[in-house]
Amino acid sequence: MAYFLQQLINGLTLGSIYGLIAIGYTMVYGIIGMINFAHGDIFMIGAFISVITFLVLGALGITFVPLALVVVLLMAMIFTAIYGWSVERVAYRPLRGSFRLAPLISAIGVSIALQNAVQIAQGARVKPMEPVIAGGLTLFTDSNNFDVVISYLQIFIMVLTVVLMAGFTYVITRTSLGRQQRACEQDRTMAGLIGVNVDRTISTTFVMGAVLAAVAGLMVTLQYGVIDFYIGFLAGTKAFTAAVLGGIGSLPGAMLGGILIGLIEAFWSAYFTIEYKDVATFGILVLVLIFRPTGLLGKPEVEKV
Amino acid sequence: MADMKNAVAAPGQGGFDVGAALKESGKAAFVAGLLGLPLLALKADNFGSKLGLVYRWDALFIAIAAVFVGRFLMILLSGRQKKSEGGVFAAFGKGIHNNMALIGLAGLAIGVLLPVVYPDRYVIYIATTFMIYVMLGWGLNIVVGLAGLLDLGYVAFYAVGAYSYAMIATQFGWSFWVVLPLAGVFAAFFGVILGFPVLRLRGDYLAIVTLGFGEIIRVILINWTDFTGGPNGISGIPPITFFGLPFKNGDHGTFASFFGIDHSPVQRIIFLYFVILVLATLTNLFTQRMRKLPVGRAWEALREDEIACRSLGINPTNIKLSAFALGAMFGGFAGSFFSVRAGFVSPESFTFIESAVILAIVVLGGMGSQLGVVIAAFFVVILPEVFREFEEYRMLLFGLAMMVIMVWRPNGLLSFREPTIRLHPKKESA
Repeated sequence: MAYFLQQLINGLTLGSIYGLIAIGYTMVYGIIGMINFAHGDIFMIGAFISVITFLVLGALGITFVPLALVVVLLMAMIFTAIYGWSVERVAYRPLRGSFRLAPLISAIGVSIALQNAVQIAQGARVKPMEPVIAGGLTLFTDSNNFDVVISYLQIFIMVLTVVLMAGFTYVITRTSLGRQQRACEQDRTMAGLIGVNVDRTISTTFVMGAVLAAVAGLMVTLQYGVIDFYIGFLAGTKAFTAAVLGGIGSLPGAMLGGILIGLIEAFWSAYFTIEYKDVATFGILVLVLIFRPTGLLGKPEVEKV
Repeated sequence: MADMKNAVAAPGQGGFDVGAALKESGKAAFVAGLLGLPLLALKADNFGSKLGLVYRWDALFIAIAAVFVGRFLMILLSGRQKKSEGGVFAAFGKGIHNNMALIGLAGLAIGVLLPVVYPDRYVIYIATTFMIYVMLGWGLNIVVGLAGLLDLGYVAFYAVGAYSYAMIATQFGWSFWVVLPLAGVFAAFFGVILGFPVLRLRGDYLAIVTLGFGEIIRVILINWTDFTGGPNGISGIPPITFFGLPFKNGDHGTFASFFGIDHSPVQRIIFLYFVILVLATLTNLFTQRMRKLPVGRAWEALREDEIACRSLGINPTNIKLSAFALGAMFGGFAGSFFSVRAGFVSPESFTFIESAVILAIVVLGGMGSQLGVVIAAFFVVILPEVFREFEEYRMLLFGLAMMVIMVWRPNGLLSFREPTIRLHPKKESA
């Protein structure tokens, strides 16, 4: 039981990270119907910017942890957002309205380019980070002396995820920006005709996705302590799986899918074999798609002729 | 944002506005500066087990200057090009399309004559690699170009073919010529197993499931050590024989002794080249014939309009499944050729990048265009060889080129796509 609880906590932490990345996929897919293949690499860039900002703060002598965290969070968000914006502007916008696979190929190109650019600029070796937030709470100890521990870092990750999700839901459902996004999602031409700046709305969507990916990047840096230029591919693939699992285009679905993928991975690694955890993730994706092709929370698709 | 568009559009409308172009270039350089500031100017370098900062302001300034000049030149050139609206390439594509048979024969002649004219080890080696990619491109073209199914895990079938030969040859000692058809059958079998549940789904789900499948195959190859050799792969795979006659030194029962010539290692390399040339040509002929059969027509019809097809009584799942399985089969053939040539297979060769490269060949060439695949494969295989000294920057340039070509020609290099058949043929003048 204690072991189960511990894995539940670990799975939820991992799931929060996947969920935050998955939102970027699902929003972009919802609004322009493309798989933003480079999104995983945007997440990787967020992680790198976090590490570098920590180093800069260290060089400046700022060691007060809460202040450092806030500064790193802001810097990672801002600079990663610029990356997200630029990628859309350079690689996707000129392809709007061309056939379906063109933006995807362009995105794969961007993904390869970003990975290799970071490899050249930052080196191929893994970057280790010392733990910034240490310690944790022991929830209880069971009869076999097994401690169920939730670290302060895990609390930080989960709380930050909940706060971001709340803010995000507010933006999408209550603000004029959110209304514009939903309008573009339903009918881009019509939204343009009634005065929505479609290009800017799409840009904003990419920026929002990149900001969340940057937060996820910071979380991974803190939680695992090592990053390299290749982390974007697998994390991106899994987050996209999460988005599909939850029903692509649906924001709560993306978060739910992320948490499910995180839990599946944690429990599979704990009770079965760690080597095959990716196989389990994709296997479950296939099963869900066979029995519920629109994902868990996706709306049934209406076919128009 | 609004000024940006005007600045770009202005040169097209008339005279060239230097001021606007400079302003636009300045903006691009500013963004480049922001992008480069955290990742290019600052480097998190490894010092033992710790990280330290290294400053490289010079690299940042070079990058900013390069973007400024590049953007300025782009505006300058796009202003000029507007007048001849892509005319050259479209006319080129049409000209090629009308003389397809001739060009195909010429290409085949060049392919056959190459080892005669140029029996150089290195050249033949590169040409063989090129032909493998052409064959993979043609195989995937059935799936992506003709049937319109997005497959991001094609390399999995390539891997199935490669490991089929590697394992059967090392375990049972069967010859390449026996295993080759088997490898195709295995790969097609995997294609059916994967395709059956997922082909009913919408295109994008298919993309992610095939991507996942590619990863699953790779993870299994790495972890099932007893069966596949794990990360070390399988080595000592028997080399190819001339239908039973080995290429080695000896007076009896070897290729050289049978034909009464001296043994030379280049013989095997040239023979391998001809094998892949024949295999690839067969793939092409097969596809060309398939396009004229009802099932091939159904592939193209499905790509264009699935709902219309269903209302005409075509079963989309079966038709897609046939395309998927046939594409996989050619991937399997190419895979077993890969392992007989290299004599060694490991999971390293079957990463997602490989799938992306093959897909890039199909899409960059212009989907559904067989000649486009050849041209794109040429770019993808030969250019990196030419620019070997830029080893470090190779993949970066490859990624950027993929993006730039897509933005420049979204329908591929040869974007002349016509249905094989039309009910009412277009007038010649149109």
